[in-house]
Amino acid sequence: MSTVWPRLEPILPRVAKPARYIGGEDGAQTPEHHPAKVAWLLGYPDTYEIGLPNQGLQILYEILNERSDAVAERTYAPWSDLEAELRAHEVPLFSVDTHRPASDFDILAFNISAELTYTNVLAMVDLAGAPVRSADRSVDDLFIGAGGHCTYTPEPIAAFLDFVVLGDGEEAVGEISEALAAWKARRAGGEAVTRLDALVALAGVTGVYVPALYEADHDADGRLLGTHPIHPAAPDEVEKRTITDLGEWPYPKNQLVPLTEVVHDRLNVEVFRGCTRGCRFCQAGMITRPVRERPAEQVRTMVADGLRRTGYDEVALTSLSTADFSGIEAVVGGIVDGDDPPPADDGEGQGPGTSLDCGSGLGGLASDISVSLPSLRVDAFTVGIAAEIQRARRTGLTFAPEGGTWRMRQVINKLISEDDLFGAVESAYSQGWRRMKLYFLIGLPTETDEDTLGIATLARKVVEIGRRHHKNPSVTISIGGFVPKPFTPFQWFGQNTREELARKVGLLRDELRRDRGVALKWHDPKATTVEGIMSRGDRRLAPVIEDVWRHGGTFQEWSEHFDMQLWLDALERNDLTVEELVYRHRIEDEALAWDHLSAGLHKDFLWQDWRDALDEVGLEDCRWTPCYDCGACTGYGVEHVVASAVPPAGGSQGTGRPAAVPVTLGSRPMATTS
Amino acid sequence: MTRIRIRFSKRGKVRFTSHRDVARIWERTLRRVELPVARSQGFSPRPKLHFGLALSTGHESEAEYLDVDLVDGAVVDLDALPARLTTALPGGLIAAAAAEVDPSAPSLQHAVTSSRWEIEVLGLDLPTLEARAEALLAAPELVMVRQRKGKDVTDDVRPHLFTLQPTTPLDGGALLVAELGTLGRALRPSELLTLLGEEAREGKVCRTHQFTEHDGTRSEPLAAPTVAEPPRAAAIAAAPVGRPSPAPHAEARA
Repeated sequence: MSTVWPRLEPILPRVAKPARYIGGEDGAQTPEHHPAKVAWLLGYPDTYEIGLPNQGLQILYEILNERSDAVAERTYAPWSDLEAELRAHEVPLFSVDTHRPASDFDILAFNISAELTYTNVLAMVDLAGAPVRSADRSVDDLFIGAGGHCTYTPEPIAAFLDFVVLGDGEEAVGEISEALAAWKARRAGGEAVTRLDALVALAGVTGVYVPALYEADHDADGRLLGTHPIHPAAPDEVEKRTITDLGEWPYPKNQLVPLTEVVHDRLNVEVFRGCTRGCRFCQAGMITRPVRERPAEQVRTMVADGLRRTGYDEVALTSLSTADFSGIEAVVGGIVDGDDPPPADDGEGQGPGTSLDCGSGLGGLASDISVSLPSLRVDAFTVGIAAEIQRARRTGLTFAPEGGTWRMRQVINKLISEDDLFGAVESAYSQGWRRMKLYFLIGLPTETDEDTLGIATLARKVVEIGRRHHKNPSVTISIGGFVPKPFTPFQWFGQNTREELARKVGLLRDELRRDRGVALKWHDPKATTVEGIMSRGDRRLAPVIEDVWRHGGTFQEWSEHFDMQLWLDALERNDLTVEELVYRHRIEDEALAWDHLSAGLHKDFLWQDWRDALDEVGLEDCRWTPCYDCGACTGYGVEHVVASAVPPAGGSQGTGRPAAVPVTLGSRPMATTS
Repeated sequence: MTRIRIRFSKRGKVRFTSHRDVARIWERTLRRVELPVARSQGFSPRPKLHFGLALSTGHESEAEYLDVDLVDGAVVDLDALPARLTTALPGGLIAAAAAEVDPSAPSLQHAVTSSRWEIEVLGLDLPTLEARAEALLAAPELVMVRQRKGKDVTDDVRPHLFTLQPTTPLDGGALLVAELGTLGRALRPSELLTLLGEEAREGKVCRTHQFTEHDGTRSEPLAAPTVAEPPRAAAIAAAPVGRPSPAPHAEARA
């Protein structure tokens, strides 16, 4: 077995955070490779700290290693200091599990969740020893694949990818392995198979998009006319994969526990996939429909087993909107109560802050466990639960109203009234929370300065409420620039210019300048603009991305590396403009660079929802109210899978009662990604 | 209140984790074996773990220590504990011994007076290393500028140089056994390398012992188990274990 460790070890003392590269995590596997098995190198195109906790990657890692026809190991982007050393010493990209060189694998597959990591993808492909352009790869080179949310808009990087998986990967990776194993067997048997034969076989897997089998046409002005197949094996429209029963996939079974510090460093249990709240700005919600909940009993088991195995003292129930998990109270209650408490003559006293016996399994552990709920419906009752969960381990609370005025929130379909927000905040402050964080977007469609300043008004009122309970309450307002995303009703909206976003940030800064207790944070408008370049981009962007990479533009998600000038220069060299790519409003019948891919949503549903947004009409959560035929379920013949037939307490959109406020409860500040 | 002391080693790839990483690993490990660890008071109860001297990222060790406070009345099988811990620890971290200690005794940070190190010195052959080591030991004082908390500090580090014993030649250098003082501003192996000259480069570094001194007797905070791995270099057996060689002005130091 080849390993780069002997060449890597002497380099590590010279780089920052060498523990990123050693592997050895609890749950790490050392699979046995075999020529007949398809070897996957699963990669996350950012640092180890960001990539290790990625659930998608961990799920596929386990599933592939359970198969008899595949093996999987992991790799992450080497930081710039190690990359320089690797290149200087001609050490290739390697797996952290066994330090195998990338060339030992058949596939290098990335989970791509952020556009600003595209240049890291190129860097890693290059470090792996493969030509960055798909067309330049030979029959001996790696197959480069991608999955994750960015794959719904893969055209900017289509030239670099051999295959793209849309939707859930659990079943698709098995079928891809079978297809490639068959191709390898033919090759091993002496047949003169070509790389195209492999790509054609991959295109036969539902949910797999093979860019090389499609061509994009542009008019004389460069405007996209359409993307169509140029090979009989390629479907006109690639449909995403949807697993219908999350209960059949209780992964990860052995979540990786890192040796070193990473983000989201706790037990993470996915409670459901999909979301039907219908917030119009949210791509994740739109493309992952329908909702598929994990059975509540399975959640409880995964939590209990996971905590016992890992020794973590914090568990996060993850999803796009955990408040809406219909079994939420039972599950949370179960975690808090755990087993029966130990008998009274053991130990001395059980109040918070005194010694706690943790010898009796989960019962003892439970009182130490903090439960993180990325989104929690807040009314007085559930804050009560939250207080009970957190006990003395209290940290900040996060709310995400997103829009500063009721009007704005109707446009984006996040139907939270001010009364809801203030009621929730009041409950939280009165229960002892002192710090509050509020997330907002600026640059939303139809936004006026009144809407922007509405953010400041809300912030002030929240602090006022806080002052009734604490001497020094604090509120942090976190502002992100809105980037219109494909497959959302806002995909036709021209993004705010960076000057406009900066102006709005300036408005808020001036407004809040004298407010003690309110801290304002904002995402760099330049980074927002670059994200916008790629968010709805087409194949003309490939040379731009390659250009930025070749000029050293890796780790663009990191403020210390982000450099807008690299992007502007690259655009200019390729006769492209930010005005056309980012700021321009799209029209109804123009071709979009993702028309040949399907997330299940009917395009006319999205257009109608866009018109409704402009008319400030809200849309109800279809899990509990009649279906409005967005296409996601009817197209696939699936239905929502819910853990309980009874909607969660606190009311819901469309039931006539005000919707509750999504709250994020965490014991650590979340890493801010775009 | 019961306090137990755990002696553990850190070898192999895991040497690249930091001291803080190791602290977190221990918190999780103690939960996994369900050891009844006491919690601190107040708003954010933490398990009551007390770490000994930090080990620099990249260095190995056979002698790391951790004190753990247990809840009152806890009963733990100390003989079986090291093996249980080792099973729950990541590869490269091995629990060697566990024993009860007096909670009122000075903490590890205060009780330990020196560490013994095996240092691979690259760039100097054995005769040169021997000459340099002799010169350092003969010097009445060794003033150097070091970095502490981002600031430059100037100290005479000669009192921290207890013993220096070059032992065997290595590929590209030689092995040095050094005992360095830890109280006050401890002398670190990397700082010792600078004293040995510009060409001296650091290879692998391993802490083999920590020593406490009490009423004139030297001992370890917790001895290694009797069935220990043989020392890396046979010459170690010949290395002096008695009193450290005094600096020429030891009286002034005391």
